Amino acid sequence: MTELVRPELVCPAGTPAALKSAVEAGADCVYVGFRDETNARNFPGLNFSRKELEEGIALAHDHGAKVLVAINTFPRAGRPDLWHQAVADSARLKADAVILADIGLLAHAAHHHPDLRLHLSVQAAASNPDSIRFYAERFGVKRVVLPRVLTVQEIATVNAAIAPVETEVFVFGGLCVMAEGRCALSSYATGQSPNMNGVCSPASHVRYEERAGGITSQLAGFTINKFGEGEPAGYPTLCKGRFIANGKTSYLFEEPTSLNTLAMLPELIKAGITAFKIEGRQRGRAYVAAVVQAFRQGVDAVMAGRPMPDIDLDRITEGGRQTTGAYERTWR
Amino acid sequence: MTHPAKLTLGPVLFNWRPEAFRDFYFRIADEACVDTVCVGEVVCSKRTPFLAPVLPEVIERLTSAGKEVVLSSLALIMTEREANEARQLATADAGFLVEANDISVASMLAGRPFVAGPLLNIYNEGTLAALEELGAVRTCLPAELPADILVTLAGAAKGEIEIQAFGRLPLAISARCYHARSRNLAKDGCQYVCAEDPDGMAVDTLDDEPFLAVNGTQTMSYHYLDLLHELPALRARGINRFRLWPQNVDMVAVAALYRAVLDGAVEPADAADQLAALCPRAEFSNGYVHGREGHLFVEADL
Repeated sequence: MTELVRPELVCPAGTPAALKSAVEAGADCVYVGFRDETNARNFPGLNFSRKELEEGIALAHDHGAKVLVAINTFPRAGRPDLWHQAVADSARLKADAVILADIGLLAHAAHHHPDLRLHLSVQAAASNPDSIRFYAERFGVKRVVLPRVLTVQEIATVNAAIAPVETEVFVFGGLCVMAEGRCALSSYATGQSPNMNGVCSPASHVRYEERAGGITSQLAGFTINKFGEGEPAGYPTLCKGRFIANGKTSYLFEEPTSLNTLAMLPELIKAGITAFKIEGRQRGRAYVAAVVQAFRQGVDAVMAGRPMPDIDLDRITEGGRQTTGAYERTWR
Repeated sequence: MTHPAKLTLGPVLFNWRPEAFRDFYFRIADEACVDTVCVGEVVCSKRTPFLAPVLPEVIERLTSAGKEVVLSSLALIMTEREANEARQLATADAGFLVEANDISVASMLAGRPFVAGPLLNIYNEGTLAALEELGAVRTCLPAELPADILVTLAGAAKGEIEIQAFGRLPLAISARCYHARSRNLAKDGCQYVCAEDPDGMAVDTLDDEPFLAVNGTQTMSYHYLDLLHELPALRARGINRFRLWPQNVDMVAVAALYRAVLDGAVEPADAADQLAALCPRAEFSNGYVHGREGHLFVEADL
């Protein structure tokens, strides 16, 4: 049995305040995006200006933490300048790495910024060793964020095959049920997609309609769910809605639920993963601090050989429901 | 126009019974006015063993009929077995182009001519150039791109550009099987229930509005893409190859309609009426190419 490698905790920061909370709560890395469509959380009121990034990097580095910049949408044909500038500014401001998804942008970054460390975004959905080697050998990618399609056992197999390329996996938060970056459901309904616009099921297209007996949540006019009187009406994320198929009404794709792998941390650490990622750049600083602290304690306990602390994150998960997602084979 | 327009029949994305699959392709070989026919399992590796026995005779029949055969790869490769099957496909060197629908397959094909499939993320000139450098001689672009980007990429391409023009659009792929889930089954014990829906399983909203379709681990549009109206404008702007996705309808007749519009022999509006008659249960959309929501049918000219 090889010695356990201590995984880095990679934490979300949608705002400078969240970045501060994350590093103070024990984040090893924070990931951020610029305030435009170059990143996959292109939400109003979120993300960083160049000046805020510069200050954020200084603050994180003072705490011994790294800053990763997500530039993980797919540049629009005919005008890649916005994306090229985002990479150039990240390099200039000495970000510790950029997280990219697009092959063309990876080629650009590898050519023009050879000293900039490249991570592969989950949006590239590199789900096997051949794909990972492609990105590592062609563009010098050092770390791959794995899509949420693999079991823990499959991840361990991948890790053994691709070393020294590092892997990062999601351990907490919102959960895509489709292979990330390979889903156009949002643009089919709303005209805006994660790949092209950095949004999924955007708030601009959401409507809650009061009808007799309860509330209907809609996305671009499509009913995504219905809630009874007094039942909290959840956000209509397309793949977490209730639909009718085969004569039956159900959460066909996935329940409104959050990924929570706290209880699986020992297995995940044994699988040889370099970094654990927490989803939620759209979340507030209290959320970020609570989740980061919980995972900080969990990782530290496993590394010290102590039993896992009993931490209840129910109150901050979606609808209070949690899943270990694709990490367990039965999810499929 | 210097280049004659070409039609590609995409791979059957659904789980058709092997006999139905074979008979479909035999008829395509004998009767359909398509230039290229893609075959191979794209969606779920659990289906591959059923198709394998009939594939050789299908390929033989198509080749004999003068069709260009393209072998399509799986879209989501997760296990070593799936990777090994893809490697066999990529290295067989049987004289057919292979269509890579996962970047791993493109990497296995590096240095040899191949087709970059519609399930790769090719959104801009940089990515297109990287894939062409790898060996892509033809690229089928993703479903959600608007016409201006399709045209920009056609202008930038060294090889051929193909766009999707008919059928339910492949919108998403997952590790989870929603067909199995709809029957309270897990993927491991799926009982191949996806075979019960040869055109996919309709997914309606709680207000009974048709919305999506499920094909095992793949999620598709409920609506059938119909670009008959747009074909002349797209042709004029440099797009010369169009993909028809097989549905459980008379695809020979569907191909004939697209061919007739491309040849200027039939007006798009007349062809659209005939298409609706050929697909009596279908609703149609063309929103993406107009830069709109994918499910919409936009009447305006491109």
